[in-house]
Amino acid sequence: MARIIGAIATSHVPSIGGAIAKGLQKDPYWKPFFDAFDPVHDWLARNKPDVAVVIYNDHGLNFFLDQMPTFAVGAAESYTNADEGWGLPVRPPYIGDSELSWQIIDKVMAQDFDLVTCQEMQVDHAFVVPMQLLWPDGGANAIPAVPVTINSIQHPLPRAERCFHFGQAIGRAIESFPRDCKVVLLATGGLSHQLDGTRAGFINKEFDLWCMDKIVNDPQALADLTTKEIIEKAGSQGVELMCWIAMRGAMQGHVSAAFSKYHIPVSNTGGAVMVFDHQPAARALAAE
Amino acid sequence: MDDQFNIPGTPVFDGVQARKGYALNKMCYSFNDDANRKAFLSNEEGYMRKYGLNEAQKEAIRHRNVLELIAAGGNIYYLAKFAGIFGLGVQDVGAQQTGMSLQAFKEMLTAHGH
Repeated sequence: MARIIGAIATSHVPSIGGAIAKGLQKDPYWKPFFDAFDPVHDWLARNKPDVAVVIYNDHGLNFFLDQMPTFAVGAAESYTNADEGWGLPVRPPYIGDSELSWQIIDKVMAQDFDLVTCQEMQVDHAFVVPMQLLWPDGGANAIPAVPVTINSIQHPLPRAERCFHFGQAIGRAIESFPRDCKVVLLATGGLSHQLDGTRAGFINKEFDLWCMDKIVNDPQALADLTTKEIIEKAGSQGVELMCWIAMRGAMQGHVSAAFSKYHIPVSNTGGAVMVFDHQPAARALAAE
Repeated sequence: MDDQFNIPGTPVFDGVQARKGYALNKMCYSFNDDANRKAFLSNEEGYMRKYGLNEAQKEAIRHRNVLELIAAGGNIYYLAKFAGIFGLGVQDVGAQQTGMSLQAFKEMLTAHGH
């Protein structure tokens, strides 16, 4: 059976991709951020996941306002990146895992989340930048992935608690997947940032650190936030916290933080990286 | 720019904004494609007409003014693609909206860490 071995949450700021393209990983501005990934690479090397489920938000590459799904799941054999309009180099395609995609689609729909399914899907920086950070060789050298998107553009957005339950449904779907494989969850986005309005540049370190604490042992506190509270405390684009909340919902066994790093600013954003170990509930019980 | 959340300085892209800004956002979304970016630059007025922008949206585009673009229904994620045509990033966009120099805006961001 498939097993969720843990999760990695990271900011996905486009300028990280720009810094990678320019080879600025050791530049003084960027070094503290990129250095945070050394222990993450060690964790990946130790735990060797087979497939990733990547929960993120599209920023106007695959989806436009003509058709805007609240929750969408990629069901393709591969996923292409493309020009987003501001000069990031286009990355080679990423490999999918359509069997796992359909497992998630079938089992999540059975739990009353009415998904949009995508047999073709372009993945934007919010998918690509974290994949580059985790598997720097990229393309076919990254592990197969299933993209899952949450609408963060067009209000009304799904409530935080709905995202938490969506994640729980994904977790159950993965853990009932008959293939013997190790699954890592990725959540991308956040933490606090605001790009628009006269409050642009808003960052809330205190709230970000509170989120990074609560997400380990008290995720319900995050699920209880209203969209308005998230925008007030994390900025209008801080709503990407929804992806972190869904990721945490998918881990319903014992969760512990293996690594955590907060770094301000990454461009306009409170930059955060966290790694979680997960021991599935049945195994946690068996070990007691 | 009143909206349901009414958080100072913080536009929320709700149904009212989405309806108001559809043509503008659709034009900006087209700037994912390099050929469209070039077509815009070679004939801005014609390109705006093709997408059916209203006068307020055209004026905001002519002014390269982000707050005006948002007031005209623009969403920041699509507007970022418009800014990208001129090589401007989110920090330039933030500096313009807050009336700060780019340097001052960057310093303000860095100061959040302390």
